[in-house]
Amino acid sequence: MNSSTPSSSAAGAGSADSTAPRRNSKRPKYSRFTQQELPACKPILTPKWVIGTFLLVSVIFIPIGVVSLFASRDVVEIVDRYETDCIPEALRNDKVGFIQSDRSKTCQRTLRVPKDMKQPIYVYYQLDNFYQNHRRYVKSRSDQQLRNNGSLQDTGPCKPEDNVAGGPIVPCGLIAWSLFNDTYGFTRNNQQLNVSKRGISWKSDREHKFGKNVFPRNFQNGTLKGGATLDPDVALSDQEDLIVWMRTAALPTFRKLYGKIEVDLQRDEIINVTLQNNYNTYSFSGKKKLVLSTTSWLGGKNDFVGIAYLTVGGLCFFLALVFLLIYLIKPRQLGDPSYLSWNRNPSGH
Amino acid sequence: MKRYVYINDDNLASDIYCDNRISNRKYTILNFLPKNLWEQFSRFMNQYFLLIACLQLWSLITPVNPASTWGPLILIFAVSSSKEAWDDYNRYLSDKEANEKEVWIVRQGIRKLIQAQDICIGNIVWLRENDEVPCDLVLLGTADPLGFCYVETAALDGETDLKTRSIPSACMGIDVDLLQKIKGAIECPSPDKDIRRFDANMRLFPPFLDNDVFPLTIKNTILQSCYLRNTEWACGVAVYTGNQTKLGMCRGIAEPKLTAVDAMIDRLTGAIFVFQIVVVIVLGIAGNVFKDKEGRKLWYVQYPKEGPWYELLVIPLRFELLCSIMIPISIKVSLDLAKSLYAKFIDWDVEMVDPATGIRSNAANTAISEDLGQVEYILTDKTGTLTENKMIFKRCCISGRFYGNESGDALTDALLLNAVSTGSADVILFLKVMAICNTVIPVRSKSGTISYKALSQDEEALVCAAARLHMVLENKIGNILDINFNTSPMRYEVLDTLEFTSDRKRMSVVVRECQSGEIFLLSKGADETILPLTYSGQQVRTFAEAVEQYAQMGLRTLCLAWHKLEEDEYQEWASMFKEANSTLVDRESRVAEVCQRLERDLEILGVAAIEDRLQEGVPETIETLRKAGINFWMLTGDKMSTAIQIALSCNFVSPEPKGQLLIIDGKTEDEVCMSLERVLLTTRITESEPKDVAFVVDGWALEIAHKHCRKLFTELAILSRTAICCRVTPSQKAQLVELLKLCDYRTLAIGDGGNDVRMIQQADIGVGISGREGLQAARAADYSIGKFRFLKRLILVHGRYSYNRTAFLSQYSFYKSLLICFIQIFFSFISGVSGTSFFNTVSLMAYNVFYTSVPVLVSVLDKDLSERTVMQHPQILFYCQSGRLLNPSTFAGWFGLSLFHAIVVFVITTHSYAFEKSEMEEVGMVALSGCIWLQAFVVALETNSFTIFQHLAIWGNLVGFYAINWIVSSISTSGMHTIMFRLCEQPSYWITMILIVATGMCPVLALKYLRYTYRPSKINILQQTERLGIIEPQSRSSSDKDPPTLSVYEPLLSESPSATRRSVGPAQRFDSFQSPSPPDSTHTRKDN
Repeated sequence: MNSSTPSSSAAGAGSADSTAPRRNSKRPKYSRFTQQELPACKPILTPKWVIGTFLLVSVIFIPIGVVSLFASRDVVEIVDRYETDCIPEALRNDKVGFIQSDRSKTCQRTLRVPKDMKQPIYVYYQLDNFYQNHRRYVKSRSDQQLRNNGSLQDTGPCKPEDNVAGGPIVPCGLIAWSLFNDTYGFTRNNQQLNVSKRGISWKSDREHKFGKNVFPRNFQNGTLKGGATLDPDVALSDQEDLIVWMRTAALPTFRKLYGKIEVDLQRDEIINVTLQNNYNTYSFSGKKKLVLSTTSWLGGKNDFVGIAYLTVGGLCFFLALVFLLIYLIKPRQLGDPSYLSWNRNPSGH
Repeated sequence: MKRYVYINDDNLASDIYCDNRISNRKYTILNFLPKNLWEQFSRFMNQYFLLIACLQLWSLITPVNPASTWGPLILIFAVSSSKEAWDDYNRYLSDKEANEKEVWIVRQGIRKLIQAQDICIGNIVWLRENDEVPCDLVLLGTADPLGFCYVETAALDGETDLKTRSIPSACMGIDVDLLQKIKGAIECPSPDKDIRRFDANMRLFPPFLDNDVFPLTIKNTILQSCYLRNTEWACGVAVYTGNQTKLGMCRGIAEPKLTAVDAMIDRLTGAIFVFQIVVVIVLGIAGNVFKDKEGRKLWYVQYPKEGPWYELLVIPLRFELLCSIMIPISIKVSLDLAKSLYAKFIDWDVEMVDPATGIRSNAANTAISEDLGQVEYILTDKTGTLTENKMIFKRCCISGRFYGNESGDALTDALLLNAVSTGSADVILFLKVMAICNTVIPVRSKSGTISYKALSQDEEALVCAAARLHMVLENKIGNILDINFNTSPMRYEVLDTLEFTSDRKRMSVVVRECQSGEIFLLSKGADETILPLTYSGQQVRTFAEAVEQYAQMGLRTLCLAWHKLEEDEYQEWASMFKEANSTLVDRESRVAEVCQRLERDLEILGVAAIEDRLQEGVPETIETLRKAGINFWMLTGDKMSTAIQIALSCNFVSPEPKGQLLIIDGKTEDEVCMSLERVLLTTRITESEPKDVAFVVDGWALEIAHKHCRKLFTELAILSRTAICCRVTPSQKAQLVELLKLCDYRTLAIGDGGNDVRMIQQADIGVGISGREGLQAARAADYSIGKFRFLKRLILVHGRYSYNRTAFLSQYSFYKSLLICFIQIFFSFISGVSGTSFFNTVSLMAYNVFYTSVPVLVSVLDKDLSERTVMQHPQILFYCQSGRLLNPSTFAGWFGLSLFHAIVVFVITTHSYAFEKSEMEEVGMVALSGCIWLQAFVVALETNSFTIFQHLAIWGNLVGFYAINWIVSSISTSGMHTIMFRLCEQPSYWITMILIVATGMCPVLALKYLRYTYRPSKINILQQTERLGIIEPQSRSSSDKDPPTLSVYEPLLSESPSATRRSVGPAQRFDSFQSPSPPDSTHTRKDN
């Protein structure tokens, strides 16, 4: 045998198997993690803890519930449903026909202030049964087009309100097209009540979502007229009604901010509202309401949170009591080994 | 199919067969992507997700950005592809290393150094000591003048001893220089994977020898991946190369095993899928109805009057996409991660390291740990698994005289020593057979002491014992044996070796005494194969009794016999033997048949009894696992009485009166069936009694029962908790596993030897013991452990935890997906059933991938009970075995919980964020936060032990949720710009969150508490016991832990008379019950 390169006996047959027995013999390293012996806290549900928890929850929840309920009750709210009343009685059997006609739709409403209302008083319009969250509707907008001037043609998702003969519609899409167009004018003691329409939309929307140099174009120029028209000389970022409207609502009943009244209203004052009842909710029997409301730390008038808190708190208190009673009447030792009968069919769950 | 290899023919060989390039790679660079994608998409789940993702590309129907499905899908695919790619790259590297190793071969008559991958069929390869064999070679020459060489085959079959290989007789005596020029042809079978067989012929071309055909066997080969040891050099001709070598053919991708848990998850997924389809159909119809009744009145939506043809499909498809999240895309990834961690925990466990050898446990199959917790049947081998497989010669019976009965050790028995020193002919002959009739290789160390390398532990025990009795096997060079008896040397020539096979159960050698020239046949083997072969006059009664007596002590017995041969008788036989050995087809049975012709008219010399001690901790382990409700079957090739004895001593069956052994016996079909029916009847009757009934069956009866009374036997298998099957072949072992699997039981097979491999592969879980019989079983197995007693920990600790964790992990994955999906469904009712998504794209995408996956992943660290408690109360495994933690009813619970939580989140969100606050993005985000908060508390409530990781994951995940959303909210182009900041400033947001959590969790907590306290499960009770530190009445748990088990184990092995009686008891009892004189039937079988 001639000399050859020193032969190596390293395993290299290319089979993972061949190394397996060797790898086996390596002693595994000890650590608390690898041995699954990490220090652990092992709580168990003792009556003390559970009853304590329920008591604690009720003790916390009931006060919060009371506070929330008070906050909600403090809010003064005037709701005026007007969609039927604002149609002349003779025409009420063809409401859709009325709203689509060219008649005068001015309507006078009188509101009585039930309690003192501190400024700012928010003016909302509320629509019921209006599906702003409908899939065809909610997608029908172009954020690019709204944001910057260069994306005029970006009307992809806006169908069928994307283009008219004269080019792309700005702002395109069904949402913008169906912009709410009832208007309200308020007078108190024959004096004009100023409704501020500045700052009713989100600041972030004005600054980032709606361009300062994007102006309405071809809006409501199509064959089918939707809602309100927009002043083509005002940039979208200043069209606050549009911005508010374009924040679509998740629920079919929603309120949108119309404006703010920045004076206090006294109890029993009479407010006259002159409204233009333009918006068609009659085809789908939707309601329209005018809402004047103050606000609290929790928002508008909403008893739900307070009642829910009281209910949950009360239930927890009740459960705690029941558990305590059961515990006292029928004490059961935890971990009693006498319950450990190892027959083949334990009935436990 | 045959292949012809032309030795040293440079022109022919290279192009017909493949070269020696080894490739374990699954992919190449080019086909990686398509092949890998194809593999991944052959799974139903992936096809489903791909379909969903493709549907999402259709913008008319997609509720969200397609990214919400494509993102996770691509991520998941990327993760598993890169894992595959990395594995494949490593395989490529190791292939490359092996392929580029340099070897010496002969080309054009000159020795050359080339890379291993360039070896062609027919090339002559030269190896030096300690070289690795690069391909399968047929030996041509070695440094040894007699043509022997030694190889270590550990990489091939796991056996660590050296094996002798010899050159074919045709090449004997060819000069080293001429070897390079040798020409010839080898006719060999097409490549196969049988590493124990190579049935080929060789013919050398002139001038080397005349045109004679020589048989080749596996003995003449050295196979790829072996190492050449103790031999200066060897050369051989390459017959199989590359991936066609025996090793290469053995390498196969095992069928992936599916665990019961996986099957259950698949079933649940299927159920969810059906549910989803129902929801989609219902909502689709509702959507279309709403559209026609109401939708067309909504002028602001501008439904076209006439839609395209597929208009009716649009809404159902939208809902399909919306509901596609019901089947969580993350579940597979989560489960894979969890499973690999379970496997790692097994590898890491220091308590499962064999302290003697340092062999640690290894989980080769990372996917089936849950199944360990659901084992119902354990089928175990006996030798080497329950016992140590460390054989010690203890007693013997030579010509009717018993040695070693008094002292318990024949080697110290004065009578025997006396007989040896006085030169009693019987005893000396007995010792000679002990020393000669084997395949042991004596290795003389430098200091002059002789050690023995043996394949079989029995042989080693016999040779060592013979040496202690002054019959020393000194040297074995080729065929020549040197034996030294009381310093008088003897020399024998081994003419033929009639090898041991598990079917023959005996081995013989034909030797010629060199001085006298006399020829003998020396045989040893199991009693039932040797005793019938005696010459007609010999009384075998004493030997049969001896065998019986030894077997009852749990000793292994071997009968030793001899037979003197005449020269011409031998020559005649030898030519037949040679012919049989060179047949290509069915060589094994031909050889066995020829061997049978010589092995007759034997004279029995005596019986040797060898002790095989039980492994440490075996009785305790079996007792614990039996308490855990696991049924044990012992499958052994050993004798019935030995098997019963071992079974008694390791708590396998309880002694009388608690236990009862029922023997299924018989030689004919009718007898076996009758006996089977009787046993079945008894089993049925005793089923209600708290009695341990075990049936015992031997291989013969089993074969018949399996063939002819399959139904009865199956019923018995179901009824009986314990069974002892003796005298069974490897394939019968596998058959029994198959039988139990067909009855829908989870089976675990444990064994240590090559004969257990088939059973291990067949079983749901195969456990191999890395023992003295090599690593063959351990390598075929899913788990390999060092000692039998680790099985307890493997099942009770690792299996149980894995099952519990996976049960929670999988159901939780469905819970969280259903939760968000239910909310989407509810929302569709207030959005005109139009298929609007409540949540935005980012949230949907991150919900499954980040927000909800992280906290649940730490459940792989959860421990419901401490290991100690589980070990003390193994019965608790019942919950896993019967699948109490993951089944349709627990799943229904989670389903209900997700429905309840969805209602809570939806109702509270839509009411507290009503009117002026009902902005889409905000409401969606409030609902999402509600889900995240709830799921954090659900995980917390279901977690049994909080380590630092749990806290980090559960609460850290909440922090992470807000962090991610703040980041997204600060991007001005995103849809949810400023939303999260806005919400976090509102007191009403936080008040809503608290309300959701309290409303969602209080009923759950109350229910859990009531159940935990007033209808606790056993797990709950043990949790309470362990955590409140309640000390149990010691009587039960501790008393059956330590001493009694030992007291059962000890006396049965020692010769306490009571123990013997006890062990005989059940058998006798049964015998009397089963009237037609079974003792006779066994004896007649032995006698004829």
